[in-house]
Amino acid sequence: MNFTFSEEQNLFRDSIRRYLEETYPFENRAKTLEHPNGYPEELWQSLAELGWLALPFAEEYDGLGGSAVDSMIVMEEIGRVLLVSPFLSTVLLSGQLIAAAGSESQKRDLIPQIGAGQLKLALAFAEANSGYDLAHVSTSAVKEGNGYRLNGAKCAVFNAQSADIIIVVARTSGAVDDQEGLSLFRLDPTMDGLEIKNYRTHDGGTASDIVFEDLFIPDKALLGDVGTAYPHLQKVIDQASVALCAEASGAMWAISEQSGVYFKTREQFGQNLGSFQALQHRLVEVYMKCQLSQSLVYDAVCALDDFDVLEQSADGDTTNIAQKVSQKVSAAKYQVGLDARSVGQEGIQFHGGMGMMTELPIGHYYKRITMINATFGDPRYHLKRYRDTMCQSIISAT
Amino acid sequence: MDMKFDAQAEGFRAEVRSFVESNLPDDIRAKVSEEEMILPRDMMQRWHHELFKQGWGCPSWPVEHGGAGWSDEEHYLFEREIALADAPRPIPYGVVMLAPCLMEYGSKAQQEKFLPGILTGDQLWCQGFSEPNAGSDLASLKCRAERDGDHYVINGSKTWTSDAHVADWMFGLFRTDSSGRKQQGITFLMIDMKSEGVTISPLENFEGTHEVNQVFFDNVRVSVDNRVGAENEGWGVAKYLLGLERFGTAEVGRSLASLGRLKTLAKTVKVGSGTLLNDSDFMNEVARAEIALRALEVTEQRFLFGPGGSESMGAEASMLKVRGTEIQQDILELAHQALGYHAHAMIDVASPENDHNPAAIAKAHYNFRKTSIYAGSNEIQKTIIAKAVLGL
Ligand SMILES: Cc1cc2nc3c(=O)[nH]c(=O)nc-3n(C[C@H](O)[C@H](O)[C@H](O)COP(=O)(O)OP(=O)(O)OC[C@H]3O[C@@H](n4cnc5c(N)ncnc54)[C@H](O)[C@@H]3O)c2cc1C
Repeated sequence: MNFTFSEEQNLFRDSIRRYLEETYPFENRAKTLEHPNGYPEELWQSLAELGWLALPFAEEYDGLGGSAVDSMIVMEEIGRVLLVSPFLSTVLLSGQLIAAAGSESQKRDLIPQIGAGQLKLALAFAEANSGYDLAHVSTSAVKEGNGYRLNGAKCAVFNAQSADIIIVVARTSGAVDDQEGLSLFRLDPTMDGLEIKNYRTHDGGTASDIVFEDLFIPDKALLGDVGTAYPHLQKVIDQASVALCAEASGAMWAISEQSGVYFKTREQFGQNLGSFQALQHRLVEVYMKCQLSQSLVYDAVCALDDFDVLEQSADGDTTNIAQKVSQKVSAAKYQVGLDARSVGQEGIQFHGGMGMMTELPIGHYYKRITMINATFGDPRYHLKRYRDTMCQSIISAT
Repeated sequence: MDMKFDAQAEGFRAEVRSFVESNLPDDIRAKVSEEEMILPRDMMQRWHHELFKQGWGCPSWPVEHGGAGWSDEEHYLFEREIALADAPRPIPYGVVMLAPCLMEYGSKAQQEKFLPGILTGDQLWCQGFSEPNAGSDLASLKCRAERDGDHYVINGSKTWTSDAHVADWMFGLFRTDSSGRKQQGITFLMIDMKSEGVTISPLENFEGTHEVNQVFFDNVRVSVDNRVGAENEGWGVAKYLLGLERFGTAEVGRSLASLGRLKTLAKTVKVGSGTLLNDSDFMNEVARAEIALRALEVTEQRFLFGPGGSESMGAEASMLKVRGTEIQQDILELAHQALGYHAHAMIDVASPENDHNPAAIAKAHYNFRKTSIYAGSNEIQKTIIAKAVLGL
């Protein structure tokens, strides 16, 4: 058992932190967000140079072969500085989905371009009525001649506005909640007939709602095999959920530390806020929540990495273990979500009137945390998913 | 980063598991599985004796005193496995608390006199720190020890003394000087419970358990040979003692065992045409507790096996006590809720379909309110974290 990061990982984290602190200090955030996409275009090339964009991909696709632990390091640092970027959308969602579901030639074509910073992608999966259920897809893709006819709508497609490719999850067969019959299509956002409504999100980023009305797309737009997208999507969303937990964890630590500093400097009634026990104990709660949440992030990250190794070596059925991994993901997404929300709310309260001001980071952390909770399943959703697996194993235990 | 134990550690775990499996007497296992923390003297000693024969009686001690020479991982796995198997906790006062103080501050003669009896488990101890007017503010204690030649004469009382009624000896803190700061003038003494002038008066918890006592001292004479450390410097010894416990304060193993019982209970308690397992609100609560426990478990592992190892663990350990006891209480409370009407009876009313013992669960659930009070109340632990970790 070992909780020490490798020398390489420590250097990687240092380089990320140095870069982010120098390039995106909080004082410049409002200015940075004035860019139409919420971030300056030169950011992307820098991230490619720092090795972020090739991080999780296999070496045969010019990737760095990084682990879930490595992605966690990036996400924690992103969380600390509230970085707005299409990193998650491009690399951890779309890129990983191509790596999981794409054909060999699609992977050879697209992944190296992602790693080099030449492509930005967005993943369109959620729909107005889907809640957090990935199988609830009513957008349909009906076979027609040498292509498909797409009808339906997607919502909250993060970073679609700046994407070169949008990957759409559509139903090629089955009923609206079936896990079977989902397929992936790559779309050019500039193609005719695509109705895109772009908007800014509360964290300073962008997202879009997209409508497809009798949109014809050629066969070659199909990513991977027809009708088999669900398990890949599920796996990638699980991985991305853990990444979001890591981001939230980074934000939580930042809130805890900044609140500590405020407690030591802000004076009322002739003494530091930190001398009031009512506040001391609440900051201790915040600190404990940071520690406990971080532990569950580690737990989920290690489970993902272990499963990766297992999947590559085992030839038997791994569904059972996959379910256990998903359970750890849900444990993290539930607890981190709950704790991050409370830490964010406490952080605001600790800062009094200043806590409500836009020139302080606290409220911005809270907005980002809140958005993370409403992405890939909120705490209630994940508690339910965890519970269902738990109950199944209670039933099967003798 | 790697959250798995290596093959060697797993081998050790298996060894402990099979040892407990074949050596833990059934009556003791049954008592512990009813969440009984306080065991009769005979049970404590029988189990300790099994461990002693195996060389595991006082595993955390240095090897030259009879310790096992284990690594941090082995200590951790040992505590975990005995907890999961419903074996008793290590005897706290002699083995875990006093002995290390004697090794650090005691004379050679004291070590030779007391350590062997603690090692074999023949001699049981109790801890006389708290007084009616000195609990959280321990340093304000008043029970007096006046010097009279080569003896101290003790007058006053100690209270909430666990196990005073089964112990052979007490170690405690006594006021030898009240002229300076309250932390000065405290002396650490060891007292034979059979000394003339010692009266043990039992106290009853609200749920009916007798585990603590008030101990009165009426001109009790204690030889200076039984003083640990210098006169008026007992506070340093006490601080050393209170900082000792690194393994097990979170009681994760115990809570995992309790949670396992809670799940079995959910499966067996009938509600309408199904069981509690079909009650998704209740099962949400169980899931919530399980996730909280896992977070605590990994946090403890991070503190023990992170950079710097267990040696570098400081006041962070206080959070293990706070969350650990909250989770213990939470799990037992859920077990109590699972029982519904069955939680009222003070005796086990036979129930053919259900093999659980509602009276014991209900009683334990009341008894465990103590865990957030003793060993430094959770409020005091939070204040420690605020000062030592957060620098407030
Ligand atoms: C079952 C049991 C077994 C025990 N066994 C032993 C034993 O073997 N030996 C022994 O010496 N003692 C023992 N104790 C005593 C125990 O250590 C004390 O009860 C404990 O330290 C609290 O002290 P108190 O009871 O005087 O409560 P108080 O100190 O009066 O505290 C009352 C409440 O106020 C809170 N509080 C106190 N001060 C502060 C503060 N500064 N800031 C915020 N909150 C505060 C406390 O957290 C608590 O909630 C035992 C207690 C119990 C319940």
